[in-house]
Amino acid sequence: MRLPLRYILTVSELTREIKDILEMQFADILVEGEISNLKVPPSGHIYFTLKDDLSQIRVVLFKSQARSLRFSPEDGLHVICRGRVSLYEKRGEYQLILEEMEPKGIGALQLAFLQLKERLEKEGFFDASRKRPIPMVPQKIGIVTSPTGAVIRDMLQIIERRFENVHLLLYPVRVQGEGAASEIARGIEYFNEQMEVDVIIVARGGGSLEDLWAFNEEEVARAIFYSQIPILSAVGHETDYTISDFVADLRAPTPSAAAELVVKDKRDVKNTLQFLEVRLGSEVLQTLQEGRTHLSHLNKRLKDPKKRIEEDFLKVDDLFNRFLFLASWIVNTKREKHLHLYEGLFLRNPNQKVKHLRRFISETERRLLQNIKHSIEIWRQRLEGKMGQLDSLSPVSILQRGYSITRKIPSLEILRDSSQVKEGDRVEVRLFRGTLVCGVEKSEKP
Amino acid sequence: MVKERFEDALNKLEKIVSKLEDGEIPLEESLKLFEEGIRLSRLCNQKLEEAEKRVEILMKGKNGVIKPRLFDPSASSGQAPSDESDSEEDE
Repeated sequence: MRLPLRYILTVSELTREIKDILEMQFADILVEGEISNLKVPPSGHIYFTLKDDLSQIRVVLFKSQARSLRFSPEDGLHVICRGRVSLYEKRGEYQLILEEMEPKGIGALQLAFLQLKERLEKEGFFDASRKRPIPMVPQKIGIVTSPTGAVIRDMLQIIERRFENVHLLLYPVRVQGEGAASEIARGIEYFNEQMEVDVIIVARGGGSLEDLWAFNEEEVARAIFYSQIPILSAVGHETDYTISDFVADLRAPTPSAAAELVVKDKRDVKNTLQFLEVRLGSEVLQTLQEGRTHLSHLNKRLKDPKKRIEEDFLKVDDLFNRFLFLASWIVNTKREKHLHLYEGLFLRNPNQKVKHLRRFISETERRLLQNIKHSIEIWRQRLEGKMGQLDSLSPVSILQRGYSITRKIPSLEILRDSSQVKEGDRVEVRLFRGTLVCGVEKSEKP
Repeated sequence: MVKERFEDALNKLEKIVSKLEDGEIPLEESLKLFEEGIRLSRLCNQKLEEAEKRVEILMKGKNGVIKPRLFDPSASSGQAPSDESDSEEDE
């Protein structure tokens, strides 16, 4: 509008003119700058100054638009803003009213991720000390993931292959989009309420940062943090790291890897057990055998081996003699008995009966003697048997086989351990035939 | 009473075997350890077989209660328990 040169404007009129021009010219623009002087009053609107080296402009982002911000604005952050210029007539100030704002140089989501990660880390959500071990043989496994798609199918296949008897409970959720984070958090909470499962797997297949976003939400992080049951996080591909991965007790690079981590191969576990059992048994067996050997070595009264055998011979001879003595005594006693009977018979019936009785007596005698001889023979055989046993156990037969008995001079202590002697000591070596006196040149440990 | 966990029992068993393999243990004690070792090994074997083979999906029925149902991954339909599905009746 062209004004005549001499027209005098009111302030309002001027301001109005300026406002129209500004708002029309800058109705939808993109501006880049640095945030400073950031203020977020309780109203929820965000106020700051956007500046560069030479200039600055006041900015406001109203609550309704601020809500859709993924990241937290901070002083010093470089941003690209989309909005319009507006003039606040009352104060004669212009400002930028934003529709959208993005961090410069980094995606909004990425920034949000970094911001949340930093904050939760400070609160101790990622502390290694609070991470719990995953049970080695879980009997019930809870899975929070989508019920459709390859992820759950692959996981089930792997689990089944490794350990056929596991009870799996699937809490189906959406794994991306609006409300997915709530569902995932709810699933974790549900398993915690029921306290049925030994471990929980939270899983999702690969995708973009946007796709995986639900697993970066604070709601999910908190649910994992407060879970009483250990949680494995398996989100995306190997190179994807989400907040849930950091908070969880264990991160698996992929859902399939999670299945492998949680469920050991049953055969491997069984083999480990069996191996332990075998070692257990053989250990005790060895101990028992050693004990027995030790006992037989405990020959406290090991005298001269030759004397030992002679002693045994004497013993045996002695036994034989005693036996013979016993045997003849038995016969004599019996004969006396029979004589007694004989006398009795004789008194009643003279001649005929005597003949019979005589025969009877000699027959009985004969049988008695035979019995005794027989018993002696059995005894003798048994004794000979024992002698044979004694013989094989005796040091003599051991010596005969080539072993030797080494004893320290002068204590005649029998040597079993090289540490019993040192270089320079003298020892007596008894062989099967003869003895040697030797000096110790060297003592070696086994 | 706290249930003995599989990994605890296995660890104890390993310790017993190590102890027997290293030490000079008197015969009576080694027999006691052997007995305990056998008990632990039986417990472990039992735990391996204890778990039941079952794959279930949790679904919310009409009255809002979440119940498990047998799950077949090849059947592609599946909804979050928060979705009520009319076609499924609660048993």
